[in-house]
Amino acid sequence: MTDPESPAADRTSPLHQIHVDGGASFTDFAGWQMPVSYGSDLAEHHAVRTTAGIFDISHMAEILVDGPQAAQFLDYALAGKLSAIAIAQAKYSLLLTEGGGIIDDLIVYRLTDDTFFVVANAGNRYVAAAALKERAAGFDVRVSDLSDSYSLIAVQGPNSRAIAEATAGITEISVPLDELKYYWSTDASFEGLPLLIGRTGYTGEDGFEFYIQSDAAARLWAALSAAGEAFGLVPAGLASRDTLRLEAGMPLYGHELGLDSFPVQAGLGRVVNLKKEGDFVGRAAVEAGPPHGAHVLVGLTTEGKRAGRAGYSVVTVPEPVEGSDASTDSATAVGMITSGALSPTLGYPVAMAYVDPFVLEAGTPLYIDVRGTRIPASVVDLPFYKRDKS
Amino acid sequence: MTDQTSLQYTAEHEWVLVDGDTATVGITAYAADKLGDVVYVELPKAGSVVSGGSVVGEIESTKSVGELFAPVDGTIVEANAAVDADPSLVNSDPFGAGWLIKVNFTALPTLLSFDEYSALVAE
Repeated sequence: MTDPESPAADRTSPLHQIHVDGGASFTDFAGWQMPVSYGSDLAEHHAVRTTAGIFDISHMAEILVDGPQAAQFLDYALAGKLSAIAIAQAKYSLLLTEGGGIIDDLIVYRLTDDTFFVVANAGNRYVAAAALKERAAGFDVRVSDLSDSYSLIAVQGPNSRAIAEATAGITEISVPLDELKYYWSTDASFEGLPLLIGRTGYTGEDGFEFYIQSDAAARLWAALSAAGEAFGLVPAGLASRDTLRLEAGMPLYGHELGLDSFPVQAGLGRVVNLKKEGDFVGRAAVEAGPPHGAHVLVGLTTEGKRAGRAGYSVVTVPEPVEGSDASTDSATAVGMITSGALSPTLGYPVAMAYVDPFVLEAGTPLYIDVRGTRIPASVVDLPFYKRDKS
Repeated sequence: MTDQTSLQYTAEHEWVLVDGDTATVGITAYAADKLGDVVYVELPKAGSVVSGGSVVGEIESTKSVGELFAPVDGTIVEANAAVDADPSLVNSDPFGAGWLIKVNFTALPTLLSFDEYSALVAE
């Protein structure tokens, strides 16, 4: 065994003691010590697919944008047309550089005509807030980084609605949860405090995300957990969150998304609204498109149990012959894996990878170089897993 | 349950049980916990000659890959077929049913005692 990495992060969630008491092991994530698992990441993964899991994602950043020109400002600052979403609606969007690279991927909730709640990745909190503040110059708008006062709890899985409805202390839900559509939100109260509930998530299952002021987060976690006991709710950590989002084909910043990737390369061309009137940061670069031959993100599956993982090469072999000694063939690297794991739900390895588009077009057989062993890979459509919505 | 105080350890988080000239090797509970749920193990075949300190196998969890080092020079006598069939044994019983390999060794290097290993992981 090589030395397992030890956590060196210094920030902890308002729910930290609950996780310690719950037997969690922790990992360093963007400077935070967050639960990686409470014993079995596989059991947590399966619980989210079959019953429900509760995640502490308080490390996520919350940025409030308000003012008479808030909608107009976000249309300029972000890739999507945020002015077009209704009050209570949410939208997945991108914060681009002038050059078309991705600073962060975000979820934006419209709270009122002039108030938007922007949720950014923990690791991009400061760059995202700084970019928004800088872009706000000239707009009648205020950008406030509220990350330190908000906590975020996600309940995900087929039983999540029943759990939320049964949770003591959650009252004054403006839109009944059974009527709340995917990527919409509702106001509510928890013990008299403002609570925002979004029907959003990062697992590929039905689920809700609860935004609450940090000093009430531990009580909300306890109330949700108590209500969840009858519904098979288990606490779930970042390890299962990663395999769940991977199966669902959802990108993770720093893996599938980064400053050097254009949205279209990541399959996120639809997130950039080129039809919206007026300029926005990154428009010219996106219209010009990425360089010819820029690698594109694909899904790969392989047989057996050995998974391709982030950083592993995707290779081709000239005219592969059955039974030939692969180790003596000359392989050409045509891509690289960004995320990969043995899929707990599907039972075979899945990976996302950036691959040369010409090789994909030609249908050339691809292999993943798994620490020296070449494993044949099939290109598949994303997502790998789609829930049954019946 | 194996008495952990009677085992010897490596800094690579393996435990070694010496019986005559055979060493049974597994990974410690600390290492198994750090890896997360083990989903696949690749172990050397019986008869393979291994040298101490070299990588002889892999232990994969959902989130990462750990390498198995041979703690001694010798010949593999047996790889645990049970963990091949059910890798979760590495998590559920790392010091027992989750053992990985038995090695017939020629010489035993200096290994860590239980107290020394405990001090190492407490750092």
